[in-house]
Parts: sequence; C-alpha cells; structure tokens
Amino acid sequence: MIHFENVTKRFPGGQEALSALSLTIDKGEMVFVTGHSGAGKSTLLKLIALIERPTSGQVVVDGKDTRRVRRRKIPAYRRQIGMVFQDHKLLYDRPVSDNVALPLIIAGLSPRDAGKRVRAALDQVGLLHKEKKNPETLSAGEQQRVGIARAIVTRPKLLIADEPTGNLDPDLSLEVMRIFRRFNEVGVTLLIASHDIALIDKLGCRRIELEEGRLQQAPDEDDFLAHFGDDYVPQGGDDGWR
Amino acid sequence: MAVTRHSDAVAPLRSSGPVSIWLGRHGRTASASFGRLVHQPFASLMIILVIAVTLAIPAALNLVIKNFTAISSGWDDALDFSVFLDTGISESEAEALARLIAQRADVDDVRLITAEAALAEFKEQSGFGSALDHLPDNPLPHTLVVRPSAANTPQSMTLLREELDSLPETELVQVDTEWVQRFHAILEIVQQAIMIGAGLLGAAIIVIIGNTIRLEIQNRRDEIEVTKLIGASNAFVRRPFLWSGFWFGLFGSVLALGLVQYGLYLLRPTVARLAGLYQSGVTMLTLDLRDSLAIIGVGVVLGLAGSWLAAARHMRSIEPK
Repeated sequence: MIHFENVTKRFPGGQEALSALSLTIDKGEMVFVTGHSGAGKSTLLKLIALIERPTSGQVVVDGKDTRRVRRRKIPAYRRQIGMVFQDHKLLYDRPVSDNVALPLIIAGLSPRDAGKRVRAALDQVGLLHKEKKNPETLSAGEQQRVGIARAIVTRPKLLIADEPTGNLDPDLSLEVMRIFRRFNEVGVTLLIASHDIALIDKLGCRRIELEEGRLQQAPDEDDFLAHFGDDYVPQGGDDGWR
Repeated sequence: MAVTRHSDAVAPLRSSGPVSIWLGRHGRTASASFGRLVHQPFASLMIILVIAVTLAIPAALNLVIKNFTAISSGWDDALDFSVFLDTGISESEAEALARLIAQRADVDDVRLITAEAALAEFKEQSGFGSALDHLPDNPLPHTLVVRPSAANTPQSMTLLREELDSLPETELVQVDTEWVQRFHAILEIVQQAIMIGAGLLGAAIIVIIGNTIRLEIQNRRDEIEVTKLIGASNAFVRRPFLWSGFWFGLFGSVLALGLVQYGLYLLRPTVARLAGLYQSGVTMLTLDLRDSLAIIGVGVVLGLAGSWLAAARHMRSIEPK
C-alpha cells in the first residue's frame, strides 16, 4: 500500500527530516510510526499526503508513484486518503454533521445524498447523537472522533493519522485506538504516528521507529511479512482494551 | 461495516447527470454565499451601496448625454438660412425677393426681417437701448430667413445655399449649423470623458470587490486550509468567493438602477417644463430594458472579475502545511 524507496527530505536550510528512508506497508496493515519529536514522523505522513514532496527517492501509495501526481491532481489524490490530525482540524462554524460531510461535498455529493453516510460514519465513532452539535461544545476526545468520522466517511482504503491521541488522556486514547482497530479489521490500511509506546505495545501492532530521519532497528521485512503478510489478522480481543 | 472501494464511495450520484451535479453544487454554493452576505447586513449593504453609486454615476451621465443627443438631433432638420441682403436693397425689393424664393420647391417658407424690425429687436435684447438711437442710420440690412423644406438632402441643402449665395441681392448667407456641430462635438467629448471616467470607476469597483473578497478569504483562511487538506481543489475553494463577488455585483447594479430611476423621477417636473418651452413632445429618454440589462451585466462582470482576481491571488498562497 505504501512504499518508500530511499526517500530523503531536506528542508530549505539544510535540515534533513528523512534520510534515505526505505519501508513498505502492506495492504491491510495497521502500523505505528514512533520516535521523538523531530524524528521525522510528521514528515513521513506529509510525504504520503503530498503536503510535502521528497527531496529525492520515491514514494508509492496504492501503486501510484507520487512523483507523477501533478499539482492540479493533488486534491483528487488526497481524497483517496483519510487523514486524522492531532488538532482535529475541524471547522467550528458548522455542526458536527457538516464537518463530517465535507469530504463528500468536496467529492460532489449533494448534502442529502451525503446525509446517510455521515450518520453511518458518526455511528461508527459513537457520536450519532451529537450530529447537530457544534464541535466546540464537544470534549477533545469527541472532537477527535469527529475528525476520524470525517476521515472515514469516504471509505478510504488508507488512513493516516498524525498523533491522533496526542491531546487525549489514556482512556480517550484507548477509545480512539479501538476505533482505528475496528477499521483495520475490515481491511483499511492504517499508518499512525504516535509517541505513546505503552499504548502501542498493548495493541501488538507493527511499529516503525524513526530516529533522526532513519529507521531505528530496521525491521527485517521478510520477518514482518511472515507475521503481517496477506493473511494478517489483527490481534486483540484478549488484551483487555477492546 | 462493509468497506467499499473509494470509487464506489463517491459514486452514488445515480439519477443525476454531470450538468445537474454542477448546477446543484453551484446552487448550494450560491445560496451559502448569499447567506453569508445576509449574515453581515451592514457590511454587505455598505459595499453594495458603494458599488451602486459608482455604477449609477456614469449610467446617469450617459443617460443625460443620450437625452441631449436625442433633442439636438431634431435641430439638424430644422435649420434655417439667414440671407443677409445688401444694404442698398429696399424693403419692397426684399419683399419681392422673398416671394420669389418662397416659390422654390426646396423651400418651405421665407420670412422677411426688415432692417427696422432687426434694429428694434437688437435694441431690446442687447441692452444698449437708447445708445442705438444716436446712430445716424440703421446699419442693419434686411434679412430673409429661409426655411428649407424637410425633403432636402444634405446635397440639395448645399445646392440651395450656393444658389442663395449667388443671388445678386445677397451679401451673406449664414447657416446656423455651426453651433449645432459644435454642440455635437462637445457632446461627443463629454461622452468620451464619461466613458473614460466609467472605465476608472469600473476599475474602482473591481478593487473594492477584490478587497472585500480578500478580507473574506483572510477570515476563512483556516477553513480553506482544512478543506484543501482533505482534498478540495482550488476551484472548489474559490467557488463561494466568486459567488460573493457575483452577489455584490448583482445587488450593486440593481441598486444603481434604482438610484438612476429615482433621479429621473426627481427630474420629471423640470423636464416637463422644458417640454412646455419647446411646445413640442420633448420626452425624457429613460433606461430601457437593454440599458438596464447592460448595467446589471457590467455590475456582475465587475463583481466576478474582482473576486476572481482576489481569489486567484490569495488562493494559491494558502496551502496546508
């Protein structure tokens, strides 16, 4: 689903966020990217979302070489990916339902056609009853769930999340991860940047650790495929957080 | 939950074709933009008023010119020749000549103004009054005012003039076209000046609307960034701002029409008095349907142009970070 080949990202000023990074994330995987702040987690996600372009190297997403995605085509490309942000990035001048509907409206659906999907998405994050509320009146955890509903309302095959639990306490974090896990179970590929190692360990998912733009303890890919190959089934259910 | 492919996810546009999708999108954006306009009634009204006044000024001036042109175009046909006779010609000779000229087919009417009558009129109108009594004799000649028939062409008018000029009794033939021509030339200059002024005012409207839209874009910067982040194209983000420009232009021009019509209403009694003086059916030209549509069209185009410029300039600079 995601393939990085020798990707380097250098910012103007010479600072290198990613250095010759190569990694592969298969379809249906749920992978965490960890590392200290500044290790390159956000940059990695931004390269996938084409918010940034690599200085060198190749990023392939869902079989598509992102170098070939022209500037004008970036919006259409982004619509294929669900994105969740640490600060939710909700619009506070409209109710929850309109926030969740936004990707559908952008894709050209009428509000009426979008309504059913919006409710389905809100139902999945357990916020159907807050449909008409303004996001400002919701708690941080609820706001993040609205953000997740917005990310999945178009039913993307790939969902990327940058520190989705960064502002949440442990209970809410677990709740959010649980939602992610459910999407993963139905085939969505997830790539989540997080520093909450304790939580990730509980989930038993693959973890990519970045340090100064490089993979730390570069995972043996064959080894990973043995564990998380095509017939990878998410674990869980007996680890107490479901 | 069943995961479907993304292409399925955005494809439930079953019964509607691309045109109705397009219309639907624009319809919703238009009404949303209209809603935002109404939401800030005072600010919106100020902008609309500025646009209206800016449009109304050249529209009204243009209407004034149009009226003058219409009135003065009637003057061309009713031109009289003033045939000044030699001072040696007696009144009876002048009368005979008048009768002779009046028989011509290309002449409607000949009127004799005797030297005495001319002097009396001059005395009365010039204000020299009794000073003229001290003149040893009347310096004015007899004059024939020849009114050509309406059937004359410009060529036959020239011919008539030349023939009158070649009469032995004639000292001078004066055609009163010059002041009409001058008047027309002045009208033309004024009209051109109005066009130039209108162009400048149009540019001002673009700047006003552009600036308003720029502020609106700044206010909604976060929203633009977020929508772009989740896959909105520049066209999608630009659309509400173009509609704002459209509404400003539309309402501004409609209000401008109202202002011009109100101005015409205020002028009506004065024009009626003028018509009375002319003892003719001088009617005031008002804005017809074509003029009105033209003003609205100009307003809308300027509104769209202003918002397009602002949107094009600022939209690209707002990219998610």
